[in-house]
Amino acid sequence: MAGKPITISHLNVRIGDRNILKDISVSIPPNKITAIIGPSGCGKSTMLKCMNRMIDLVEEIDIEGDVHIDGENIYGSGIDVSLLRKKVGMIAQTPNPLPMSIYDNIAYGPRIHGQRKRTDLDEIVERCLNTVGLWSEVKERLEDPAAKLSIGQQQRLCLARALAVQPEVLLCDEVTSSLDPVSAKHIETELSSLKNDYTIVFVTHILRQAKRLADYVIFLYLGELVEYGPANEVFFHPKDPRTAAYIEGVFG
Amino acid sequence: MKRQIIDRIVGRLTFIPAFAASLLLIVMTGVLCIRSQEILLNQSLPTLLFSSVWQPMAGKFGFLPFIAGTVWVTFVAMALSIPISLFSAIYLSQYAHRRIKATVQPLIDLLAGIPSIVFGLFGVLLLVPLVKDLIAPAFHISTSGYCVLTGGLVLAIMVVPLITSIAFEVLTAVPEDMRIASLAMGANRWETVKYVVFRKAFPGIVAAVVLGFSRAFGETMAVLMVVGNVAKIPSSLFDPAYPIPALIANNYGEMMSIPLYDSALMFAALLLLVVVVIFNIIANIVLIRVKRGIS
Ligand SMILES: Nc1ncnc2c1ncn2[C@@H]1O[C@H](COP(=O)(O)OP(=O)(O)O)[C@@H](O)[C@H]1O
Ligand SMILES: [Mg+2]
Repeated sequence: MAGKPITISHLNVRIGDRNILKDISVSIPPNKITAIIGPSGCGKSTMLKCMNRMIDLVEEIDIEGDVHIDGENIYGSGIDVSLLRKKVGMIAQTPNPLPMSIYDNIAYGPRIHGQRKRTDLDEIVERCLNTVGLWSEVKERLEDPAAKLSIGQQQRLCLARALAVQPEVLLCDEVTSSLDPVSAKHIETELSSLKNDYTIVFVTHILRQAKRLADYVIFLYLGELVEYGPANEVFFHPKDPRTAAYIEGVFG
Repeated sequence: MKRQIIDRIVGRLTFIPAFAASLLLIVMTGVLCIRSQEILLNQSLPTLLFSSVWQPMAGKFGFLPFIAGTVWVTFVAMALSIPISLFSAIYLSQYAHRRIKATVQPLIDLLAGIPSIVFGLFGVLLLVPLVKDLIAPAFHISTSGYCVLTGGLVLAIMVVPLITSIAFEVLTAVPEDMRIASLAMGANRWETVKYVVFRKAFPGIVAAVVLGFSRAFGETMAVLMVVGNVAKIPSSLFDPAYPIPALIANNYGEMMSIPLYDSALMFAALLLLVVVVIFNIIANIVLIRVKRGIS
């Protein structure tokens, strides 16, 4: 398996008459973790949602520009949004298990995309739960409702669910923000080990977390892409004074 | 200290109306039981329920025609209204644009509150001729138009807004997070409704349908005006029927000179009450089962 590159060019997003993202252009490399950082409300989640077109759900949205994933314009005509979202998995800020069993949560995506054979599904469920280190914890109670798991386990389940359809890209939106430190650590470890196989775009407002995980960093400020580059450069030799100020904690 | 006392007093006071409501059900059942005792002593329960001989003058009270009438009319109404209501609730909650939602939803709520007599008049003026001149001829059947189908139609029109309105609330209450989870996995909106939203909302949907059923089952005025009121077991949708509520409303206070008639009507009322209560209990059991399975 290999991740796929994402190229965003001149992306403008308006909601109603507000300009949420302003002329964003950036190339996100495959098989790396790219962190999007910036103060709350600067457009991090919006940018992420543009990459799997979950942004389409917002009413009165107006999108200009292109997003190419693996060379394909995902806003082009004739694109199958269902297939796109199979290729580009997303993990939300708060764990959002589906109202069904642990097993069915993992099998949900494969089933939607046509996988019906029980033995295949069994194999997928075990493999994905193993990847996120949940298998040994839940293998005895796969038929229990997913809502019975602890919040931290739920988030790992959501990660496993996203992996079950063999995506090429993983979009993570502050995925540790509602977790306790130990579960957060779990998720971080799992994400770093996953980057060999996926392109990971990781939104966070915790700078230390970005420093720990990121290979590349995008700094967004008020809907503008202020700075982009390898993590070391952005963190230790920022070119833009706004980046420097943010990293020093001026905006909080 | 004072705050604690107030809290305790409020606790006691609010208990009273809550308790009174359940007491009322018991009292009503009790009174109806006592008043139907006379007929129950006079005729066996199976005869009352399964005989179709309705000759009050001769002292014969077979309720089967009325039970059959109620069942037919309610069945037609539910068969029509459940799919229509659920689809419109799904459309409004999952597909409709905000502006459409904002226009249609208050209209449906309004419709749910219109007095039944208005629906009855609407039925007489429009549905009876429609069934008589258009629908029945299409099947080469002749009917007065005052029949099971018309009764069912009127009821369905009354029940649809009620079920739609509640089902809409229930579907809207499903956390947005769950829909997002499903859509983000590549499911489309219909798959999301089928596998996630509906599943999560199922207990509430059952409650909505039960409420609709209770309303249809006991509705009197609107049905009475269009259903023909002939004490015979209907054998087709185009036959007249005589549902139990119509029987009670038409005759209570009028036929009291006939011995046992009063008690017979009390028994009929008891029958209605018991069926609705049983139905609600079954629904509650279903709900508890389902809830355990989901969360
Ligand atoms: N559905 C929406 N409707 C209107 N405004 C929105 C919507 N989603 C986001 N916004 C606005 O877009 C801006 C960026 O939001 P978001 O991308 O969620 O920021 P972040 O994730 O960086 O905190 C915010 O000002 C927010 O108010
Ligand atoms: Mg956000």
